[in-house]
Amino acid sequence: MLRAVEISNLTVQYPDVKALDDVSFVVNQGDFLGIIGPNGAGKSTLFDSMLGLNTKYKGEIKFFGEDIRKSKNYLKEIGFVPQKPIFEKNFPATVSDVVRMGLRNESDENKIDEILQQLWIHELRNRQIGELSGGQLQRVFIAKALVNNPKILILDEPVTGIDQQSIELFYSILRELNSKQKITIIWSSHDLDAINQLANHVACLNRTLFFHGKSEKFFSDDELVKQYSEASMQEHMHHH
Amino acid sequence: MSLEILTYSFMHRALISGIAIAILCSVVGLFLVLRRYSLFGDAIAHSSFGGIALGLLAGIYPLWTAYGVSIVSALIITRIKDKFNISGDASIAVLLSSGIAVGLVVIGFSGGFTIDIFSFLFGSILLVSVDDTVLILLLTGIILIVILLLYRQILYSTFNEEQAKVSGVPVEKINYLIVFMAGITVVTSIQLVGVLLISALFVIPNVTAIMYGKGFKQTAIISMSFSVFSVVVGILISYVFDITPAGTIVLLSIGLLAGTMGIKSAGLLSKN
Repeated sequence: MLRAVEISNLTVQYPDVKALDDVSFVVNQGDFLGIIGPNGAGKSTLFDSMLGLNTKYKGEIKFFGEDIRKSKNYLKEIGFVPQKPIFEKNFPATVSDVVRMGLRNESDENKIDEILQQLWIHELRNRQIGELSGGQLQRVFIAKALVNNPKILILDEPVTGIDQQSIELFYSILRELNSKQKITIIWSSHDLDAINQLANHVACLNRTLFFHGKSEKFFSDDELVKQYSEASMQEHMHHH
Repeated sequence: MSLEILTYSFMHRALISGIAIAILCSVVGLFLVLRRYSLFGDAIAHSSFGGIALGLLAGIYPLWTAYGVSIVSALIITRIKDKFNISGDASIAVLLSSGIAVGLVVIGFSGGFTIDIFSFLFGSILLVSVDDTVLILLLTGIILIVILLLYRQILYSTFNEEQAKVSGVPVEKINYLIVFMAGITVVTSIQLVGVLLISALFVIPNVTAIMYGKGFKQTAIISMSFSVFSVVVGILISYVFDITPAGTIVLLSIGLLAGTMGIKSAGLLSKN
Protein backbone atom coordinates (compact mmCIF):
# COMPACT_ATOMS: atom_id res chain seq x y z
CA MET A 1 0.00 0.00 0.00
CA LEU A 2 1.47 3.37 -1.00
CA ARG A 3 1.61 5.99 1.66
CA ALA A 4 0.01 9.28 0.62
CA VAL A 5 0.53 11.11 3.90
CA GLU A 6 2.70 10.28 6.86
CA ILE A 7 2.57 12.44 9.96
CA SER A 8 5.05 11.74 12.75
CA ASN A 9 5.10 13.30 16.22
CA LEU A 10 3.48 16.51 15.03
CA THR A 11 3.42 19.11 17.81
CA VAL A 12 2.29 22.71 17.45
CA GLN A 13 2.81 25.04 20.37
CA TYR A 14 0.99 28.39 20.30
CA PRO A 15 1.99 31.04 22.88
CA ASP A 16 -0.83 30.14 25.29
CA VAL A 17 -1.81 26.62 24.29
CA LYS A 18 -0.51 23.40 22.76
CA ALA A 19 -2.71 23.07 19.66
CA LEU A 20 -1.40 19.65 18.65
CA ASP A 21 0.48 17.25 20.90
CA ASP A 22 2.58 14.45 19.41
CA VAL A 23 0.13 13.45 16.67
CA SER A 24 1.16 10.60 14.35
CA PHE A 25 -0.82 8.79 11.67
CA VAL A 26 -0.59 7.47 8.12
CA VAL A 27 -3.01 7.86 5.22
CA ASN A 28 -2.64 5.32 2.44
CA GLN A 29 -3.45 6.11 -1.17
CA GLY A 30 -7.14 5.54 -1.86
CA ASP A 31 -8.14 5.96 1.78
CA PHE A 32 -11.12 8.04 2.81
CA LEU A 33 -10.16 9.47 6.19
CA GLY A 34 -12.66 11.30 8.35
CA ILE A 35 -11.15 13.54 11.01
CA ILE A 36 -13.45 14.28 13.91
CA GLY A 37 -12.98 16.34 17.02
CA PRO A 38 -14.62 19.15 18.97
CA ASN A 39 -14.05 22.82 18.21
CA GLY A 40 -10.52 23.80 19.14
CA ALA A 41 -9.31 20.20 18.79
CA GLY A 42 -6.58 21.30 16.40
CA LYS A 43 -8.15 20.24 13.09
CA SER A 44 -7.49 23.54 11.37
CA THR A 45 -3.96 23.67 12.79
CA LEU A 46 -3.38 20.17 11.43
CA PHE A 47 -4.58 21.20 7.96
CA ASP A 48 -2.62 24.47 8.02
CA SER A 49 0.52 22.51 8.83
CA MET A 50 -0.16 19.93 6.11
CA LEU A 51 -0.79 22.67 3.53
CA GLY A 52 2.33 24.66 4.33
CA LEU A 53 0.41 27.60 5.85
CA ASN A 54 1.85 26.91 9.30
CA THR A 55 5.54 26.07 9.31
CA LYS A 56 6.12 26.42 13.05
CA TYR A 57 5.69 22.80 14.05
CA LYS A 58 7.82 20.08 15.54
CA GLY A 59 7.82 16.62 14.03
CA GLU A 60 7.57 15.57 10.43
CA ILE A 61 4.96 15.70 7.66
CA LYS A 62 5.54 13.65 4.53
CA PHE A 63 3.52 13.55 1.33
CA PHE A 64 4.35 10.63 -1.00
CA GLY A 65 7.42 9.90 1.10
CA GLU A 66 8.84 13.43 0.77
CA ASP A 67 9.28 15.82 3.73
CA ILE A 68 7.20 18.94 2.96
CA ARG A 69 9.88 21.16 4.46
CA LYS A 70 12.13 20.19 1.55
CA SER A 71 9.86 20.94 -1.38
CA LYS A 72 6.48 22.48 -2.11
CA ASN A 73 5.97 20.27 -5.16
CA TYR A 74 3.50 18.11 -3.28
CA LEU A 75 0.98 20.96 -3.39
CA LYS A 76 0.45 20.14 -7.08
CA GLU A 77 -1.10 16.84 -6.05
CA ILE A 78 -3.48 18.37 -3.51
CA GLY A 79 -6.87 19.95 -3.88
CA PHE A 80 -8.08 21.91 -0.85
CA VAL A 81 -11.64 22.95 -0.04
CA PRO A 82 -11.68 25.58 2.73
CA GLN A 83 -14.17 25.66 5.59
CA LYS A 84 -15.73 28.90 4.41
CA PRO A 85 -14.87 30.34 1.05
CA ILE A 86 -14.06 33.91 1.98
CA PHE A 87 -14.20 36.57 -0.72
CA GLU A 88 -15.67 40.00 -1.32
CA LYS A 89 -19.39 39.67 -2.01
CA ASN A 90 -19.18 41.77 -5.18
CA PHE A 91 -15.90 40.31 -6.42
CA PRO A 92 -16.21 40.44 -10.21
CA ALA A 93 -15.65 36.78 -10.98
CA THR A 94 -17.84 34.18 -12.63
CA VAL A 95 -17.93 30.52 -11.66
CA SER A 96 -15.55 29.67 -14.49
CA ASP A 97 -13.22 32.54 -13.46
CA VAL A 98 -12.92 30.99 -10.00
CA VAL A 99 -12.32 27.46 -11.27
CA ARG A 100 -9.76 28.83 -13.75
CA MET A 101 -7.78 30.36 -10.84
CA GLY A 102 -7.07 26.82 -9.65
CA LEU A 103 -5.89 25.66 -13.06
CA ARG A 104 -2.12 25.38 -13.12
CA ASN A 105 -1.80 24.59 -16.80
CA GLU A 106 -3.70 27.48 -18.33
CA SER A 107 -3.96 25.93 -21.79
CA ASP A 108 -6.17 23.22 -20.34
CA GLU A 109 -9.43 25.21 -20.77
CA ASN A 110 -11.53 22.09 -21.57
CA LYS A 111 -10.80 20.78 -18.13
CA ILE A 112 -12.91 23.59 -16.65
CA ASP A 113 -16.03 22.57 -18.59
CA GLU A 114 -15.42 18.94 -17.82
CA ILE A 115 -15.21 19.47 -14.07
CA LEU A 116 -18.20 21.84 -14.00
CA GLN A 117 -20.27 19.18 -15.77
CA GLN A 118 -19.11 16.50 -13.39
CA LEU A 119 -20.25 18.58 -10.41
CA TRP A 120 -23.61 19.60 -11.94
CA ILE A 121 -22.79 23.30 -12.05
CA HIS A 122 -22.09 23.73 -15.74
CA GLU A 123 -25.20 25.87 -16.25
CA LEU A 124 -23.84 28.28 -13.64
CA ARG A 125 -20.53 28.86 -15.41
CA ASN A 126 -21.23 32.50 -16.34
CA ARG A 127 -22.95 33.45 -13.10
CA GLN A 128 -21.21 35.80 -10.69
CA ILE A 129 -20.08 33.91 -7.58
CA GLY A 130 -21.66 36.44 -5.21
CA GLU A 131 -25.12 35.33 -6.43
CA LEU A 132 -24.74 31.64 -5.62
CA SER A 133 -26.29 29.67 -2.77
CA GLY A 134 -24.09 28.02 -0.14
CA GLY A 135 -24.41 24.59 -1.75
CA GLN A 136 -23.61 25.86 -5.25
CA LEU A 137 -20.64 27.82 -3.93
CA GLN A 138 -19.33 24.74 -2.20
CA ARG A 139 -19.41 22.77 -5.46
CA VAL A 140 -17.60 25.63 -7.21
CA PHE A 141 -14.79 25.40 -4.65
CA ILE A 142 -14.67 21.64 -5.00
CA ALA A 143 -14.42 22.13 -8.77
CA LYS A 144 -11.54 24.57 -8.24
CA ALA A 145 -9.82 22.01 -6.00
CA LEU A 146 -10.30 19.19 -8.54
CA VAL A 147 -9.42 21.00 -11.75
CA ASN A 148 -5.75 19.92 -11.64
CA ASN A 149 -6.59 16.22 -11.14
CA PRO A 150 -5.18 16.07 -7.61
CA LYS A 151 -4.32 12.76 -5.99
CA ILE A 152 -5.48 13.97 -2.59
CA LEU A 153 -8.52 16.06 -1.74
CA ILE A 154 -8.51 17.81 1.65
CA LEU A 155 -11.77 19.29 2.92
CA ASP A 156 -12.11 21.38 6.08
CA GLU A 157 -15.66 20.95 7.46
CA PRO A 158 -17.24 22.24 4.31
CA VAL A 159 -20.94 21.73 5.14
CA THR A 160 -21.71 24.57 7.52
CA GLY A 161 -24.68 26.65 6.39
CA ILE A 162 -25.69 24.38 3.50
CA ASP A 163 -29.15 22.92 2.90
CA GLN A 164 -29.81 19.19 3.34
CA GLN A 165 -30.31 18.46 -0.37
CA SER A 166 -26.95 20.01 -1.26
CA ILE A 167 -25.30 18.08 1.54
CA GLU A 168 -26.64 14.78 0.12
CA LEU A 169 -25.36 15.69 -3.33
CA PHE A 170 -22.02 16.67 -1.85
CA TYR A 171 -21.71 13.32 -0.07
CA SER A 172 -22.48 11.37 -3.24
CA ILE A 173 -19.86 13.41 -5.11
CA LEU A 174 -17.26 12.60 -2.44
CA ARG A 175 -18.16 8.90 -2.55
CA GLU A 176 -17.76 8.81 -6.32
CA LEU A 177 -14.45 10.70 -6.29
CA ASN A 178 -13.03 8.20 -3.83
CA SER A 179 -14.45 4.96 -5.24
CA LYS A 180 -14.36 5.62 -9.00
CA GLN A 181 -11.52 8.11 -9.42
CA LYS A 182 -9.46 6.67 -6.55
CA ILE A 183 -8.78 10.10 -5.06
CA THR A 184 -7.53 9.95 -1.49
CA ILE A 185 -9.82 12.04 0.68
CA ILE A 186 -9.06 13.67 4.02
CA TRP A 187 -12.15 15.26 5.41
CA SER A 188 -12.81 16.95 8.72
CA SER A 189 -16.42 17.00 9.83
CA HIS A 190 -18.73 17.30 12.81
CA ASP A 191 -21.21 14.92 11.22
CA LEU A 192 -20.55 11.51 12.79
CA ASP A 193 -23.29 9.79 10.73
CA ALA A 194 -21.79 11.01 7.48
CA ILE A 195 -18.31 9.92 8.54
CA ASN A 196 -19.77 6.53 9.41
CA GLN A 197 -21.33 6.22 5.95
CA LEU A 198 -18.48 7.58 3.84
CA ALA A 199 -15.10 7.22 5.48
CA ASN A 200 -13.19 3.96 5.74
CA HIS A 201 -10.80 5.38 8.34
CA VAL A 202 -11.37 7.68 11.27
CA ALA A 203 -8.99 9.91 13.20
CA CYS A 204 -10.28 11.31 16.47
CA LEU A 205 -8.46 14.45 17.41
CA ASN A 206 -8.53 16.46 20.59
CA ARG A 207 -5.08 18.07 20.58
CA THR A 208 -3.76 14.54 20.94
CA LEU A 209 -4.88 11.76 18.64
CA PHE A 210 -6.97 9.43 20.75
CA PHE A 211 -8.11 7.09 18.03
CA HIS A 212 -6.96 6.29 14.52
CA GLY A 213 -8.08 3.25 12.60
CA LYS A 214 -10.81 1.63 10.52
CA SER A 215 -14.15 3.36 10.86
CA GLU A 216 -16.02 0.08 11.57
CA LYS A 217 -13.78 -0.37 14.55
CA PHE A 218 -14.51 3.11 15.84
CA PHE A 219 -18.25 3.00 15.31
CA SER A 220 -18.68 -0.55 16.65
CA ASP A 221 -16.96 0.44 19.88
CA ASP A 222 -19.66 2.18 21.91
CA GLU A 223 -17.15 3.09 24.58
CA LEU A 224 -15.02 5.02 22.04
CA VAL A 225 -17.98 6.82 20.53
CA LYS A 226 -19.17 7.74 24.00
CA GLN A 227 -15.71 8.95 24.95
CA TYR A 228 -15.61 11.12 21.83
CA SER A 229 -19.06 12.52 22.55
CA GLU A 230 -18.07 13.32 26.14
CA ALA A 231 -14.87 15.07 25.07
CA SER A 232 -16.88 16.96 22.53
CA MET A 233 -19.48 17.89 25.09
CA GLN A 234 -16.93 19.07 27.64
CA GLU A 235 -15.28 21.23 25.05
CA HIS A 236 -18.67 22.56 24.05
CA MET A 237 -19.52 23.52 27.64
CA HIS A 238 -16.08 24.98 28.13
CA HIS A 239 -16.73 27.29 25.18
CA HIS A 240 -19.97 28.63 26.63
CA MET B 1 -16.29 72.03 -31.09
CA SER B 2 -13.95 72.53 -34.03
CA LEU B 3 -12.09 69.48 -35.33
CA GLU B 4 -9.05 71.66 -35.83
CA ILE B 5 -7.80 70.84 -32.34
CA LEU B 6 -7.26 67.24 -33.46
CA THR B 7 -4.56 68.39 -35.87
CA TYR B 8 -2.25 69.89 -33.24
CA SER B 9 0.69 67.67 -32.39
CA PHE B 10 0.56 68.59 -28.68
CA MET B 11 -3.03 67.32 -28.73
CA HIS B 12 -1.91 64.05 -30.35
CA ARG B 13 0.65 63.58 -27.60
CA ALA B 14 -1.87 64.45 -24.92
CA LEU B 15 -4.48 62.03 -26.27
CA ILE B 16 -2.02 59.16 -26.85
CA SER B 17 -0.48 59.54 -23.37
CA GLY B 18 -3.91 60.03 -21.85
CA ILE B 19 -5.33 56.84 -23.37
CA ALA B 20 -2.29 54.82 -22.27
CA ILE B 21 -2.53 56.16 -18.72
CA ALA B 22 -6.29 55.59 -18.64
CA ILE B 23 -5.84 51.91 -19.54
CA LEU B 24 -2.92 51.43 -17.17
CA CYS B 25 -4.64 53.05 -14.18
CA SER B 26 -7.85 51.13 -14.67
CA VAL B 27 -6.09 47.75 -14.86
CA VAL B 28 -3.69 48.29 -11.94
CA GLY B 29 -6.47 50.06 -10.03
CA LEU B 30 -8.85 47.10 -10.39
CA PHE B 31 -6.48 44.90 -8.40
CA LEU B 32 -5.95 47.65 -5.80
CA VAL B 33 -9.69 48.22 -5.36
CA LEU B 34 -10.36 44.49 -4.98
CA ARG B 35 -7.56 44.24 -2.42
CA ARG B 36 -9.17 47.08 -0.43
CA TYR B 37 -6.20 49.23 -1.29
CA SER B 38 -8.24 51.98 -2.93
CA LEU B 39 -6.31 54.79 -1.28
CA PHE B 40 -2.92 53.27 -1.92
CA GLY B 41 -2.60 55.20 -5.18
CA ASP B 42 -3.29 58.38 -3.29
CA ALA B 43 -0.66 57.56 -0.68
CA ILE B 44 2.02 56.82 -3.27
CA ALA B 45 1.08 59.99 -5.14
CA HIS B 46 1.50 62.06 -1.99
CA SER B 47 4.84 60.46 -1.26
CA SER B 48 5.88 61.22 -4.84
CA PHE B 49 5.24 64.87 -4.00
CA GLY B 50 8.22 64.63 -1.67
CA GLY B 51 10.21 63.09 -4.52
CA ILE B 52 9.23 65.85 -6.92
CA ALA B 53 10.29 68.54 -4.46
CA LEU B 54 13.63 66.78 -3.93
CA GLY B 55 14.18 66.62 -7.69
CA LEU B 56 13.38 70.30 -8.18
CA LEU B 57 15.71 71.22 -5.32
CA ALA B 58 18.56 69.05 -6.61
CA GLY B 59 18.06 70.12 -10.22
CA ILE B 60 17.21 66.59 -11.35
CA TYR B 61 14.19 65.92 -13.60
CA PRO B 62 11.52 65.70 -10.85
CA LEU B 63 9.71 62.66 -12.24
CA TRP B 64 12.87 60.53 -11.89
CA THR B 65 13.18 61.35 -8.20
CA ALA B 66 9.43 60.84 -7.89
CA TYR B 67 9.76 57.31 -9.35
CA GLY B 68 12.54 56.52 -6.89
CA VAL B 69 10.79 57.88 -3.81
CA SER B 70 7.40 56.38 -4.71
CA ILE B 71 8.64 52.88 -5.38
CA VAL B 72 10.84 52.82 -2.29
CA SER B 73 8.12 54.17 -0.01
CA ALA B 74 5.50 51.79 -1.47
CA LEU B 75 7.74 48.80 -0.78
CA ILE B 76 8.70 50.04 2.69
CA ILE B 77 5.10 50.59 3.70
CA THR B 78 4.14 47.10 2.54
CA ARG B 79 6.98 45.64 4.55
CA ILE B 80 6.06 47.67 7.65
CA LYS B 81 2.43 46.67 7.29
CA ASP B 82 3.32 42.95 7.18
CA LYS B 83 5.99 43.09 9.85
CA PHE B 84 4.27 45.24 12.49
CA ASN B 85 0.75 44.17 11.61
CA ILE B 86 -0.49 47.72 11.05
CA SER B 87 -3.82 47.87 9.22
CA GLY B 88 -3.88 48.86 5.56
CA ASP B 89 -5.71 52.14 6.07
CA ALA B 90 -3.40 53.29 8.89
CA SER B 91 -0.26 52.49 6.90
CA ILE B 92 -1.68 54.44 3.96
CA ALA B 93 -2.31 57.44 6.23
CA VAL B 94 1.31 57.31 7.44
CA LEU B 95 2.70 57.16 3.90
CA LEU B 96 0.39 59.90 2.68
CA SER B 97 1.34 62.43 5.30
CA SER B 98 5.07 61.66 5.30
CA GLY B 99 5.30 62.38 1.57
CA ILE B 100 3.61 65.76 1.87
CA ALA B 101 5.67 66.61 4.97
CA VAL B 102 8.94 65.86 3.16
CA GLY B 103 7.77 67.91 0.20
CA LEU B 104 6.84 70.91 2.33
CA VAL B 105 10.12 70.89 4.25
CA VAL B 106 12.14 70.60 1.05
CA ILE B 107 10.15 73.44 -0.54
CA GLY B 108 10.81 75.52 2.56
CA PHE B 109 14.56 74.97 2.26
CA SER B 110 14.59 75.91 -1.41
CA GLY B 111 12.77 79.20 -0.87
CA GLY B 112 9.76 77.95 -2.87
CA PHE B 113 9.21 76.98 -6.52
CA THR B 114 5.47 77.21 -6.65
CA ILE B 115 4.88 77.26 -10.39
CA ASP B 116 6.58 73.93 -11.12
CA ILE B 117 4.98 72.30 -8.11
CA PHE B 118 1.59 73.47 -9.29
CA SER B 119 1.79 71.53 -12.54
CA PHE B 120 2.67 68.36 -10.60
CA LEU B 121 -0.18 68.87 -8.18
CA PHE B 122 -2.81 69.24 -10.88
CA GLY B 123 -1.25 67.66 -13.97
CA SER B 124 -0.21 69.16 -17.27
CA ILE B 125 -1.19 66.69 -19.94
CA LEU B 126 -1.27 69.28 -22.72
CA LEU B 127 2.42 69.97 -22.08
CA VAL B 128 3.77 66.39 -22.38
CA SER B 129 6.84 66.14 -24.56
CA VAL B 130 7.64 63.49 -27.17
CA ASP B 131 10.06 61.90 -24.68
CA ASP B 132 7.36 61.81 -21.99
CA THR B 133 4.93 60.18 -24.40
CA VAL B 134 7.44 57.50 -25.36
CA LEU B 135 8.19 56.78 -21.70
CA ILE B 136 4.48 56.58 -20.85
CA LEU B 137 3.83 54.14 -23.72
CA LEU B 138 6.84 52.03 -22.80
CA LEU B 139 5.95 51.72 -19.11
CA THR B 140 2.30 51.04 -19.92
CA GLY B 141 3.33 48.28 -22.34
CA ILE B 142 5.72 46.65 -19.86
CA ILE B 143 3.26 46.68 -16.97
CA LEU B 144 0.38 45.34 -19.08
CA ILE B 145 2.58 42.50 -20.39
CA VAL B 146 3.67 41.57 -16.86
CA ILE B 147 0.03 41.53 -15.73
CA LEU B 148 -1.02 39.37 -18.69
CA LEU B 149 1.79 36.89 -18.05
CA LEU B 150 1.02 36.58 -14.33
CA TYR B 151 -2.73 37.09 -14.70
CA ARG B 152 -3.82 33.92 -12.91
CA GLN B 153 -1.44 34.34 -9.99
CA ILE B 154 -2.29 38.02 -9.50
CA LEU B 155 -6.04 37.40 -9.70
CA TYR B 156 -5.89 34.35 -7.43
CA SER B 157 -3.88 36.09 -4.71
CA THR B 158 -6.26 39.06 -4.95
CA PHE B 159 -9.25 36.74 -4.57
CA ASN B 160 -7.98 34.80 -1.56
CA GLU B 161 -4.37 34.83 -0.38
CA GLU B 162 -4.55 31.66 1.66
CA GLN B 163 -6.05 29.52 -1.07
CA ALA B 164 -3.62 30.94 -3.59
CA LYS B 165 -0.75 29.92 -1.30
CA VAL B 166 -2.09 26.38 -1.01
CA SER B 167 -2.20 26.26 -4.82
CA GLY B 168 1.49 27.15 -4.88
CA VAL B 169 1.15 30.83 -5.90
CA PRO B 170 4.08 32.88 -4.49
CA VAL B 171 1.68 35.31 -2.82
CA GLU B 172 4.24 37.54 -1.03
CA LYS B 173 6.21 38.11 -4.23
CA ILE B 174 3.02 38.88 -6.14
CA ASN B 175 2.00 41.41 -3.47
CA TYR B 176 5.30 43.25 -3.77
CA LEU B 177 5.04 43.17 -7.54
CA ILE B 178 1.58 44.78 -7.44
CA VAL B 179 2.80 47.51 -5.11
CA PHE B 180 5.88 48.10 -7.29
CA MET B 181 3.73 48.39 -10.43
CA ALA B 182 1.31 50.69 -8.61
CA GLY B 183 4.24 52.96 -7.70
CA ILE B 184 5.34 53.22 -11.33
CA THR B 185 1.77 53.70 -12.52
CA VAL B 186 1.10 56.55 -10.12
CA VAL B 187 4.17 58.56 -11.07
CA THR B 188 3.54 57.92 -14.76
CA SER B 189 0.01 59.25 -14.34
CA ILE B 190 0.99 62.41 -12.46
CA GLN B 191 1.34 64.25 -15.75
CA LEU B 192 -2.28 63.53 -16.61
CA VAL B 193 -4.22 64.39 -13.45
CA GLY B 194 -1.58 65.47 -10.95
CA VAL B 195 -0.79 64.20 -7.47
CA LEU B 196 -4.11 65.20 -5.94
CA LEU B 197 -6.51 63.38 -8.25
CA ILE B 198 -4.64 60.16 -9.06
CA SER B 199 -6.78 57.88 -6.95
CA ALA B 200 -9.81 58.99 -8.96
CA LEU B 201 -8.34 57.25 -12.02
CA PHE B 202 -7.52 54.14 -9.98
CA VAL B 203 -10.81 53.85 -8.20
CA ILE B 204 -13.81 55.47 -9.93
CA PRO B 205 -13.87 53.56 -13.27
CA ASN B 206 -13.38 50.29 -11.39
CA VAL B 207 -16.06 50.93 -8.79
CA THR B 208 -18.37 51.80 -11.71
CA ALA B 209 -17.47 48.67 -13.69
CA ILE B 210 -17.87 46.33 -10.71
CA MET B 211 -21.50 47.50 -10.39
CA TYR B 212 -22.32 45.81 -13.70
CA GLY B 213 -21.81 42.45 -11.97
CA LYS B 214 -19.85 40.77 -14.76
CA GLY B 215 -16.88 38.39 -14.81
CA PHE B 216 -13.34 39.58 -14.27
CA LYS B 217 -12.29 40.22 -17.87
CA GLN B 218 -15.54 41.95 -18.79
CA THR B 219 -15.28 44.13 -15.70
CA ALA B 220 -11.73 45.11 -16.68
CA ILE B 221 -12.89 45.96 -20.22
CA ILE B 222 -15.84 48.06 -18.98
CA SER B 223 -13.54 49.91 -16.59
CA MET B 224 -10.95 50.58 -19.31
CA SER B 225 -13.63 51.87 -21.68
CA PHE B 226 -15.05 54.26 -19.09
CA SER B 227 -11.58 55.41 -18.18
CA VAL B 228 -10.52 56.05 -21.79
CA PHE B 229 -13.83 57.82 -22.52
CA SER B 230 -13.42 60.18 -19.54
CA VAL B 231 -9.82 60.97 -20.39
CA VAL B 232 -10.33 61.61 -24.12
CA VAL B 233 -13.54 63.61 -23.74
CA GLY B 234 -12.11 65.36 -20.68
CA ILE B 235 -8.99 66.51 -22.53
CA LEU B 236 -11.01 67.79 -25.50
CA ILE B 237 -13.64 69.61 -23.41
CA SER B 238 -11.05 71.19 -21.17
CA TYR B 239 -9.14 72.50 -24.16
CA VAL B 240 -12.22 73.95 -25.81
CA PHE B 241 -13.44 75.65 -22.63
CA ASP B 242 -9.96 76.42 -21.34
CA ILE B 243 -10.44 74.67 -18.00
CA THR B 244 -8.21 72.20 -16.15
CA PRO B 245 -8.15 68.71 -17.76
CA ALA B 246 -7.64 66.90 -14.45
CA GLY B 247 -10.84 68.22 -12.90
CA THR B 248 -12.83 67.67 -16.10
CA ILE B 249 -11.64 64.07 -16.46
CA VAL B 250 -12.48 63.21 -12.87
CA LEU B 251 -15.90 64.87 -13.05
CA LEU B 252 -16.70 62.91 -16.21
CA SER B 253 -15.83 59.61 -14.54
CA ILE B 254 -17.93 60.60 -11.54
CA GLY B 255 -20.73 61.31 -14.03
CA LEU B 256 -20.40 57.77 -15.41
CA LEU B 257 -20.47 56.39 -11.87
CA ALA B 258 -23.58 58.41 -11.02
CA GLY B 259 -25.23 57.27 -14.27
CA THR B 260 -24.46 53.63 -13.47
CA MET B 261 -25.86 54.07 -9.98
CA GLY B 262 -28.99 55.56 -11.52
CA ILE B 263 -29.39 52.63 -13.94
CA LYS B 264 -28.81 50.21 -11.11
CA SER B 265 -31.32 51.76 -8.74
CA ALA B 266 -33.87 51.83 -11.57
CA GLY B 267 -33.48 48.03 -11.55
CA LEU B 268 -32.10 47.90 -15.09
CA LEU B 269 -28.93 46.08 -14.03
CA SER B 270 -30.47 43.41 -11.87
CA LYS B 271 -30.10 39.92 -13.26
CA ASN B 272 -32.23 36.96 -12.14
